[in-house]
Amino acid sequence: MAVSVGEAVSAGPAGDRTPPARRFGGRGRSVLEVVLLAVLAVVMLFPALWMIETSIKENRDVYAIPAKFFDFTVTMDHFRDVFVASGGTRSALSVSFLNSVVVAGVSTVLATVLGVPAAWAYSRFAVRAKKDQLFFILSTRFMPPVVVVIPIFLMYRQVGLIDTKLGLILIYAAFNVPFTIWMMKGFVDEVPAEYEDAAMLDGYTRLQAFWKFTLPLLLPGIAATAVFALIFSWNEFVFAIFLTSSDTVRTAPPAIAGLIGGTTVDWGLVAAASVVFALPVLVFAYLVRRHLVAGVTLGAVRR
Amino acid sequence: MGTVAAHGLRKSFGKVQALDGVTLEVPDGSFFVVLGPSGAGKTTTLRAIAGLERLDAGSVRLDGRDATGDAPAARDLAMVFQSYALYPRHTAYENIASPLRARRRSSSEIAAAVERMSSLLHIERLLQRRPAQLSGGEMQRVALARALVRSPRAFLMDEPLTNLDLKLRVEMRTELTRIHRGLGATFVYVTNDQVEALSMADQVAVLKEGRVQQVGTPAEVYERPANQWVAGFVGSPPISLLACHAEGDRLVGADGWSLPRPRWSTASDGRPLLLGLRAEDLSVERRGDASLPGELYGLEPLGDRTVVDVRVGTQILKVKARPTVTGTPGEPLQVTVDLDRAHLFDAGTGLALPRAGG
Ligand SMILES: Nc1ncnc2c1ncn2[C@@H]1O[C@H](COP(=O)(O)OP(=O)(O)OP(=O)(O)O)[C@@H](O)[C@H]1O
Ligand SMILES: [Mg+2]
Repeated sequence: MAVSVGEAVSAGPAGDRTPPARRFGGRGRSVLEVVLLAVLAVVMLFPALWMIETSIKENRDVYAIPAKFFDFTVTMDHFRDVFVASGGTRSALSVSFLNSVVVAGVSTVLATVLGVPAAWAYSRFAVRAKKDQLFFILSTRFMPPVVVVIPIFLMYRQVGLIDTKLGLILIYAAFNVPFTIWMMKGFVDEVPAEYEDAAMLDGYTRLQAFWKFTLPLLLPGIAATAVFALIFSWNEFVFAIFLTSSDTVRTAPPAIAGLIGGTTVDWGLVAAASVVFALPVLVFAYLVRRHLVAGVTLGAVRR
Repeated sequence: MGTVAAHGLRKSFGKVQALDGVTLEVPDGSFFVVLGPSGAGKTTTLRAIAGLERLDAGSVRLDGRDATGDAPAARDLAMVFQSYALYPRHTAYENIASPLRARRRSSSEIAAAVERMSSLLHIERLLQRRPAQLSGGEMQRVALARALVRSPRAFLMDEPLTNLDLKLRVEMRTELTRIHRGLGATFVYVTNDQVEALSMADQVAVLKEGRVQQVGTPAEVYERPANQWVAGFVGSPPISLLACHAEGDRLVGADGWSLPRPRWSTASDGRPLLLGLRAEDLSVERRGDASLPGELYGLEPLGDRTVVDVRVGTQILKVKARPTVTGTPGEPLQVTVDLDRAHLFDAGTGLALPRAGG
């Protein structure tokens, strides 16, 4: 589910793709199409459905052979186990969720606060070698995290950022700032610079003009961009597993992955934790779904 | 006080030289029109004066003080943008109020000022609408109101009337002239409409390809165009230009015609010239000693007058005539020329020849 700049940029205008219905030539959808779509839907949705089912099954139904699709006993025990440890204290998983919230939230805010003004500057001002600078900024996203994680690990060890939330926040912000600049530059380009010109003649300073007249028009774009950044930070696994180790610092992805691998695996707990983990992203994406589409098709593509 | 002076403004956008040494002196309280065709650099000139454009070279002085590096807000100018630049989220009222809000005026003062402006510009009923709910002409009037609502050092107006219908434009022309007199303020007014320039201006600067061609009163620009291009750009129907040269006391046309040489002409014999003749200085109805033989080419009735196209040799002359004039194409005609009001240009440089005795 990780969203990279590459995907956002290549998404292109929606109109480029002919709807499948037309490619098959017929009016409406052909039988073949319906069948294909149904098969695809089952393949795509089955793991998610199975995860949800498993999270509310009693353990003996989880391991039942043949598998029980419908006639199982519903229980919320696994969800309780996600948050509460056996002694009634807070569970390690719930701490990791809290860490995820802090790390993803703060890194997104940081990336937005740094990236939006930078995008505005790149859009509005004559910057020397602007195209080269923008390409350089984008190029920092070409490399997958695994490539840089070892050097980052060594550097972090030197400066004492290993196994700290601050370390994760900084690295996620560093990954999200270029993305934010690229997305937001597209949105800023869409807002005529003359609003700011007019505001400056009205008597405002350049910053006031930006703050009062341009920023409000950018809010939908900022929301869409921030959600992308949030989802990236929330889902990130490679840095998290390399750079953190203690339960108090760990974010949810490595923590959930850590549940698998002992002699016995509590699949119910894994499924419940996964559901809890997926929920915020789904809710967020749903809330800003209109802007997500606008963000992908409009924002980053134009120059 | 409100003098605006620009000296040697230069600005290029990539390969395009938008301003190529523009120098203007706008006296305090004058209605100064910058006239030029599309792409001449009019908007760029205004933006440079307003401090919105970083110049390659040149300086801007306001009230005699160098303001070249000043922020737009510090220049105390108001501008009407060619694209209106109304704030899309704000109502017309809030748009007009914006310059006063920026100056932290009291809301009662703002309300009074907005009301005054809106009645002046006939937009009282539009105040609660947003720009998207206004027509082009209405937006233009709101933009005018936003500029006029305070008393800046000078007003910069970028084609503020182009989107109005003809009736409203004529009305607003008179209205703006009246506002200008009432305020006694300095106006720098950009237009590509020569009628606006001639009817409203105290001073006109004619701009072409980033260079000032001529500065003068409307009468000077019309009666004594500095070069062939200005003569052709100002005036409607456009001036007719005939290739010729001087020979003793005659002007001999490339097409074989000949006219008495104007008394004021200083041209030396044989030098290639262009004779500029305005439609109203030609006649197919009057008789005179200076005339050109031609044939009727076409008639353009314009209601209050008719423009007669006459073919002389290979060229078409535009001649102003009474609306009652008739004729059939091909019919021979004599075009009488008022040589005292004719213009002579050097065919090579395009510059007007100096006139003997003024
Ligand atoms: N931001 C810009 N980037 C690139 N070229 C520009 C820019 N602004 C103006 N130009 C170019 O500079 C020249 C002068 O433009 P300007 O807008 O000043 O013309 P104008 O006289 O106002 O024309 P119009 O009557 O069409 O408004 C034009 O050739 C234009 O293409
Ligand atoms: Mg313009």
